[in-house]
Amino acid sequence: MHRLVANTRKSFFDQGYLDEQFVQLEELQDNSNPNFVEEVVTLFYRDSARLLYNLDQALEKRPLDFNKLDSLMHQFKGSCSSIGAKKVKIECTNFKAYCNARNAEGCKRTFHHAKREYTTLKKKLESYFQMLRQVGPTEMACRPR
Amino acid sequence: MLPLHFFLPAHPHIYTYLHFFHHIYNISNTLSLIKIRVSISHFQIQSPMETMNICCDQLKSANSKELHVLAVDDSNIDRKVIERLLKVSSFKVTVVDSGSRALQYLGLEEDTNSAQFDDLKVNLIMTDYSMPGMTGFELLKKIKNSSTLREIPVVIMSSENILTRIDRCLEEGAEDYLLKPVKLSDVRRLKDSILKSEGDEFRQTQSQKRKRNDDPSPVSPQKPTQKLARL
Repeated sequence: MHRLVANTRKSFFDQGYLDEQFVQLEELQDNSNPNFVEEVVTLFYRDSARLLYNLDQALEKRPLDFNKLDSLMHQFKGSCSSIGAKKVKIECTNFKAYCNARNAEGCKRTFHHAKREYTTLKKKLESYFQMLRQVGPTEMACRPR
Repeated sequence: MLPLHFFLPAHPHIYTYLHFFHHIYNISNTLSLIKIRVSISHFQIQSPMETMNICCDQLKSANSKELHVLAVDDSNIDRKVIERLLKVSSFKVTVVDSGSRALQYLGLEEDTNSAQFDDLKVNLIMTDYSMPGMTGFELLKKIKNSSTLREIPVVIMSSENILTRIDRCLEEGAEDYLLKPVKLSDVRRLKDSILKSEGDEFRQTQSQKRKRNDDPSPVSPQKPTQKLARL
């Protein structure tokens, strides 16, 4: 089971779902704050639900307000960056580029990709944290760096 | 504020070290730091370096007062992360979600008698750049324009690596400009730099005191370090 957890975690990095920032969060976790990473991730998903809803709404408007879209996406991208959500962050960057170019189709397309990556990552992390809970706190101590 | 690091210039004259330890001895007397007094009295037996190392170790353990950071960020997630980063690095932390709340907090700090409420004294402000309402830059300006607050170092945090923005912040008096996401290594480096500049201040005031007492000591105060943005 320990090996499964370690391999799952490794796959997140190998497949580009997560970056170095996630490791930084893990380094901030200890016996006094044993669930720090999960807390931050949970906060991220709770917070960004609102941002994504606002982006959805803004993308429905005619004509598109690209400045507002850029500003909303900037906040979302910042949050992605803070938890190390690499693939989602890439889509955010693409979205901002299309915003700059005032390309409505490009914006809508990349937003769709961003939401997909966001949901994929959410499922993966949820099952990972569940695995961690089953394995117990010793797993974190044995985790290879 | 007790310095934690002592940077002694190499000096062939033994009296330089004697003057230095004489002052530490006096301070330790005032603060009842017995272990340090004992180390210094052994100076004749030990080498200056050995004595200095022992003094440093004991001063570090005596000085349990943590630096207090006021962190400002409108993002829930970033507030949670920066708070943890700072606590892990042994800072006392207060986190607020806007520039106006930061000023409120700092204003409250001004009102209280700082001698009594030493716990509230803010040693460093770290603020996000992009915030609704008052930006981090506007907050920086307000702090630097305040006669009571301008001495507090202010660090800007931003996800954007824009040279003109960085220059503007540094010109306005920011201590540093950190790229987000902020890392443990950034915080560690910041801590060293704040502690060192507090040590410089201490040495400067001590050096001024010595000059007033017509002290023949040739020890000169440390030059302030150049402030550079780390990218």
